[in-house]
Amino acid sequence: MTTRQKRKLIRILISGVLFLALLFGAGMITDDPLITLGLFLVPYLIVGWDILLKAIKGIFRGQIFDENFLMTLASVGAMIIAEYPEAVAVMLFYRVGELFEEYAVGKSRKSIAALMDIRPDYANLEKDGEVTEVDPDEVAIGDVIVIRPGEKIPLDGVIIEGTTSVDTAALTGEALPRTLTAGDEVISGTVNLSGKLRVRVTQSFGESTVAKILDLVENASAKKARTENFISKFSRYYTPAVVGAAVLLAVIPSLVTGEWSEWIYRSLSFLVTSCPCALVISVPLSFFGGIGAASRHGILIKGGNYMEALSRCETVVFDKTGTLTRGTFRVCAVHPAKDIEKQTVLEYAALAEHDTHHPIGISITQAYGKTADSSRIGEITELAGHGIRAVIDGKTVLAGGEKLMCTEHVDFTPIDEAGTVVYVARDGRYLGAIVIADEIKPDAADAIAALRASGVKKTVMLTGDNARVGTAVGRQLGLDEIHTDLLPADKVTCVETLLAEKPDAKKTLAFVGDGINDAPVLSRADLGIAMGAMGSDAAVEAADVVLMDDKPSKIATAIAIARKTMGIVHTNIVFSLAVKLLVLLLAAIGAVGMWAAVFADVGVSVIAILNAMRVLNTK
Amino acid sequence: MKKVYKLENLDCAVCAEKMKHAIEKIDGVESCDVSFLMQKLTICADETRLDEIMKKVVKACKKVEPDCKILF
Repeated sequence: MTTRQKRKLIRILISGVLFLALLFGAGMITDDPLITLGLFLVPYLIVGWDILLKAIKGIFRGQIFDENFLMTLASVGAMIIAEYPEAVAVMLFYRVGELFEEYAVGKSRKSIAALMDIRPDYANLEKDGEVTEVDPDEVAIGDVIVIRPGEKIPLDGVIIEGTTSVDTAALTGEALPRTLTAGDEVISGTVNLSGKLRVRVTQSFGESTVAKILDLVENASAKKARTENFISKFSRYYTPAVVGAAVLLAVIPSLVTGEWSEWIYRSLSFLVTSCPCALVISVPLSFFGGIGAASRHGILIKGGNYMEALSRCETVVFDKTGTLTRGTFRVCAVHPAKDIEKQTVLEYAALAEHDTHHPIGISITQAYGKTADSSRIGEITELAGHGIRAVIDGKTVLAGGEKLMCTEHVDFTPIDEAGTVVYVARDGRYLGAIVIADEIKPDAADAIAALRASGVKKTVMLTGDNARVGTAVGRQLGLDEIHTDLLPADKVTCVETLLAEKPDAKKTLAFVGDGINDAPVLSRADLGIAMGAMGSDAAVEAADVVLMDDKPSKIATAIAIARKTMGIVHTNIVFSLAVKLLVLLLAAIGAVGMWAAVFADVGVSVIAILNAMRVLNTK
Repeated sequence: MKKVYKLENLDCAVCAEKMKHAIEKIDGVESCDVSFLMQKLTICADETRLDEIMKKVVKACKKVEPDCKILF
């Protein structure tokens, strides 16, 4: 609690005690109404003098619908009709509620700030052998910075010296630290855990990952959800409408019945209930909290409107490469010929391919796992598009596709599997085949299953790959629809068809992709989701939601957070309006007094804020 | 051009809404957002007239909430 809040609390307590004493004791001291008024004015002024002052100042500035003015009017009105205890109670409870409200808002501001506590404060710049602490903004590309254990990595760069483990949780939500060593890239905003690093900076601070993320999250509040716009419009009409109703309630029935003080009393309750604070604070707070909670899971949602769209997502369209698959090749099967060891097939293929930079050659070398002994390798001939002929241990080794085996008359067993097949032969004798395919991400299948469980009706995969590879991946993951052999433009057409096919226009279609080719599709879909770490800048720019750790399973998490956020927003709207309407109604017929009206005002605000804060703790 | 200012003592969410609407009406302001939660004013305005516009913005804010200060 701040000192300001503490001071307010003390005033409330003193005034409260005095008020209680007067409530039971005033009648014993005096019967004179003027002296009673004077006595009740003491706790009233202790707790509310600043409200009165603000209200008077407000009148001069033409702010007649502000809360201070309305509270003053209500309590002064109560005094005029000789309801002294009511007048003090209204002011007292208003202040109690206001204090709670301030405290709760302060708390949520702090939790939000903690979520965004990834901005580095300084960088240790190394120049001429000396290390000085500077603002990250002052470091130029190519400069060398030192990062000690426990420090935040201030700028993107490449490690030139040192090995460490890095905590990326703030950016990706991934709890397991990553081990990095010289030559590896470090990302700003992550935390260096164990070793001292020297890093060559590759991006200026403005262009660094951490600055981009902060920019995205901070600007997210500018893109408002429809609900938020509705609330801000509603709040502009709500207060004048309720105040107008109060005036009518005070005048019309009084003219008919002549019971002026009774109807004025009822109308004062209206004034107290006329602030839309509960909604104006809690709705943006929920969206903000939702965006914050998502960012803690490595999900950047660029605005409240996208949060809304996510919560209504029913169709998810995936790009294949880089989204459902890693986008890197890997040996996924070795089929040796009879009496041949698997390792032998790999060994000869790796020796033959040891010099190539082709992704297929590299994946074979990796699967082999040992460094090729170059003394065994003689002449190597690359047969463009067919494969490789190499002399190894004096023997001719062939590694390549079916065509190569056919032209060289090798008797081989054709393999019918999705992926690229490399056949290997030595001196005309078939050794076996290696199947290389793009690796499916480990969480891809779970991602699809989780989406289905969360109520997504249709999952679709689009790929530029051929039907055999595409169908195999799609089947394995259990997607509903698979479209293969697509050019980038075809993907847009495909998504447009799917958009037109949606049974319910209110439900949304999300497209998940990573590459430059995806940018048009990302913006065409109701909701574009991009893979952040692997994805191109263009895709991240065009997308509405960015997954920092490239895990497709995070889509279901994002949808869950969005649904929870929207659920809280809707409960708050319904709850606040229902309580206010009910209290207005009951006050109009005289069933409840001003006390209930104060609850409908500040009490409801506090409950709505507490409810909104739940979203911050979404797991 | 977009500019972001920090706000001090912005204590009331409804006031933030009112400030936003008052600022949006100022000539030369393209768009504006007053965030009660972030205590921030984001303003898109004509750069060449920024000084003159900001003076009007400060005045508009004072009228709604005299305690609230814009930090330059």
